[in-house]
Amino acid sequence: MIRVIAAAVLVASPFVGVLAAEGDYLPIPAGRFASALNYEDAPGKQPVAAYSMMRTPVTNADFLAFVKANPKWRRDRVPTVIAEKRYLSHWAGPLELGDTAKPDQPVVQVSWFAADAYCAAEGARLPTWTEWEYAAAADETRRDARSDRIWRERILRWYSRPSNTALPRAGLQPANVYGVQDLHGLVWEWTEDFSSMLMDADNRNQGDPDNARFCGAGALSMNDRDNYAVLMRVAMLSSLSAEATTANLGFRCVKDTP
Amino acid sequence: MKRKNVYLIPLLAALALALPACDRSSPSSDTPAADASQDRIVGSRKGDFGPPQGEPVNAILTSPPMVPPATGRTAPAKVIVELDVIEKVMPISEGVDYTFWTFGGTVPGSFIRVRQGDTVEFHLRNMPDSKMPHNIDLHGVTGPGGGAASSFTAPGHRTQFTFKALNAGLFVYHCATAPVGMHIANGMYGMILVEPPEGLPEVDREYYVMQGDFYTTGKYREKGLQPFDMEKAIDENPTYVLFNGSEGSTTGDNSLTAKVGETVRMYVGNGGPNLVSSFHVIGEIFDKVWYEGGTNYQENVQTTLIPAGGAAMMEFHLEVPGSYVLVDHSIFRAFNKGALAILKADGPENKAIYSGLEVDEMYLGDRAGDSLGAVAVAAKAQASGELTVEEQMAAGKELFMGTCSTCHQGNGEGMAGVFPPIAASDYIKADPKSLPRVILHGLQGKVTVNGEDYDSIMPPMNQLTDDEVANISTYVLNSWNNPGGKISKEEVAEIRTQKPANASAGH
Repeated sequence: MIRVIAAAVLVASPFVGVLAAEGDYLPIPAGRFASALNYEDAPGKQPVAAYSMMRTPVTNADFLAFVKANPKWRRDRVPTVIAEKRYLSHWAGPLELGDTAKPDQPVVQVSWFAADAYCAAEGARLPTWTEWEYAAAADETRRDARSDRIWRERILRWYSRPSNTALPRAGLQPANVYGVQDLHGLVWEWTEDFSSMLMDADNRNQGDPDNARFCGAGALSMNDRDNYAVLMRVAMLSSLSAEATTANLGFRCVKDTP
Repeated sequence: MKRKNVYLIPLLAALALALPACDRSSPSSDTPAADASQDRIVGSRKGDFGPPQGEPVNAILTSPPMVPPATGRTAPAKVIVELDVIEKVMPISEGVDYTFWTFGGTVPGSFIRVRQGDTVEFHLRNMPDSKMPHNIDLHGVTGPGGGAASSFTAPGHRTQFTFKALNAGLFVYHCATAPVGMHIANGMYGMILVEPPEGLPEVDREYYVMQGDFYTTGKYREKGLQPFDMEKAIDENPTYVLFNGSEGSTTGDNSLTAKVGETVRMYVGNGGPNLVSSFHVIGEIFDKVWYEGGTNYQENVQTTLIPAGGAAMMEFHLEVPGSYVLVDHSIFRAFNKGALAILKADGPENKAIYSGLEVDEMYLGDRAGDSLGAVAVAAKAQASGELTVEEQMAAGKELFMGTCSTCHQGNGEGMAGVFPPIAASDYIKADPKSLPRVILHGLQGKVTVNGEDYDSIMPPMNQLTDDEVANISTYVLNSWNNPGGKISKEEVAEIRTQKPANASAGH
C-alpha cells in the first residue's frame, strides 16, 4: 500500500523527495547540553543553538529523487574516491530501487560525501555530532533521558542485533519529545564531523593516548564511561572513512534556524 | 619426511631442560648456531629466523573442538590467515538464544596454527550485515595493541596487517573495540598456537576447548532470546560459565572422544572477560601441563589455573574407559552455570587400575545424555505448531521485535515495576481487545497485571497501520501462554475510531 503511494508520487513530481523532506524538518530548541564526550577545550555543558532536524532519516525514495536530479551521484557515475563501489549496491539499478530497497526504507550504502551533497541540495547540512547527540538524548517524554538505565538498554538492544534482516520502514517508531523519529533503533547515521572522532581503535589505550592524533580543537575523549550506548556509536563512526558505505548506515539533515 | 624429527627433537629439548648446564646442539637447521653466548637467549630474540621461504601458505583454520594439523615445516613461511567476523544468534543453552559476535562463526573463534618465525599476513573481514565495527588483538603478536590498532574494521570492510610470530606458545586472541568487555563477553575470542621450531611432541588426539563467562538479563536457563547485561558484567556476576560457547557444546552426542591407550593433548584457553578458571578433568591427572601456554611443562597436575586472557596445554594418557568430565573446579560454575564438558574414552576395562564403577553420570543428572535434546525438540514443535494465524504471527513478530520488545522484552516479560508483562498476562486474558486498543491509543494511569501494580505511560503507537497492529496483537495473543485468538485489521480500524478515557497523550 505504502509502496504504491510512494511510487505514484514519484512519478508525479521528480522533486517530491525534496519537497516532502522540507515539510518534515522539526524545530529543536536551543539549550545547554552535557555531551557524553569530553571536549578538552570546552569542558562542562555546551551551548547548542536552535536548529531544525528531519523527522526521519532520508529514505530510498528521497535519495532516488536526488540521484535523478543530480546524475553525477548515480552509482555508475560517481568516482570511487568519494563513494566506494558498494555505494547504493542494494538498489536494482542506478535509477531503480527494486525489491531489496523499498521506497520508505531508510537509504543505506551511502558515503559521507553523498550524504553531504544530498543535504546541500536541500539547502541543509549534516548534523554535527553534538546536534545529533542532543536530539538523540531525548525519549518520548524527556529531553534528556540518558541517565535512565532502561532507556539505555532499549538502545543497546538494537545495537546487539545483527543487521541480517530487512530494515523496517522509516517512521515506524514513536516520536521523541521533539517529534523526531528513529534516531535510535533503525540505522546508524552520518554526522558532519564524524572524522573528528579520533577514538583510539584500541579501547585499552586510555592512559596513553596518541597525542599526535589529538592536535585539533576537536580533541575529545569519553566523559561518561557508563554510557556505552553512546560509546558504541562513536566507535562505529570512528571506524569509517568518508567514502565508506555500510548496509546499516544512513543519514538525516538539519538546518540552521534563521 | 620431516615429521620424524618432530618426534625426536623435543626429547632433546626436554633433556636440555633437565640438565641446563650440558652442551646442546641447535634443535633445527634454521635456528642460529648455538654457542656459549647464545645459550641464554630465549623467546623473541631467538624467534626471528629471517625472511619467509617458499610459496605463501594458507592457514588451515578449525572450529572448536578441532585443532588444525601440525604445520610440519622446518623453515619460516609466509602464512595467510583470513578470519571473518560474524554476528549471529546461536543457542547458549537449550531453548535460550544469544546474539554472539564471533571470529569465524563460532565461540570460541577459529583455531590458528603457525610456527615460530613465521610471517603471518592477517586479513580481518567484517561481514556486511554486522552492526558493529571490530578489530583483533592477538596475544601472539609482538607490537603495540597486538594488531588491534591495525585491524579496526567497519561492517562490510576488510583490513590487513602482518606480523612475525617471534614467541612460541599458545596465545589468546580477542576483539579490543570499545566497549572491549562487551565484545569479549559476546564471544569474540579464540586462540593461536605458535609451534616451537621443532614442533610439539606427537600425540594421538588434540582438542580445542575455551572457557568464557556470559551475562544475560534473564536468569540461568530462562528461555528466549537473552540480551547482554552490562550491569552483571561490571559486577562480574555471570549467568553462564561455558566451555565452547554453549551449554552442551561438548556433552552428549557432542562429547570429545578418545580411546584407551591414547594420549590426548588439550589446548585450553580462557576468554573471560572476567573469571579465571580452575581447570580440572574429573578422573584424570594431567601427565604434563604447559602452564600459561608457555615453553616449560609441569608434571602430574590435578587442576591448573588459567587466567582470563590466558591458556594452557595439557596432555594425559588414558588408561581406563569412561566419561571424563571437564570442569571449572570453582565448582558452582560447573553445576549451576554450565562449565562442563565431557571426554568419552572407549576401550577395554582395566580392573587392575580401576574397578570400573563410573560415577560421572551421578554428578551429571540430566545434563549428560540425550535428555537435553527433548527440551529443544519440544520447543521447536511448539514454534511450528498448527497455528491457523501463523502468517499473522510471523509478521507480527518482526514488528514486535522492532518496536515493542525494547520495553516489553523479547519474551514479553516486561520489566518489573516499570513495563507490565504481556506474557501470560491476566490483563490480556480478561480483555484480548485491550491489545489493539492500548497499541493505538496508549495507556496511562494505574493498571494491575498478574497481581502487580503499574503506573507508567505507554505512548500511543498510532503511526502503525491497521495491518501492523492486528499482526502484533495476534502475535502477542498467541505467544507466551496468552489465551490465543485473532485480531483482524477490521477490528483494529474500528478500535482506532474509539478513543478510551485512559488514553495517553504520549508526552
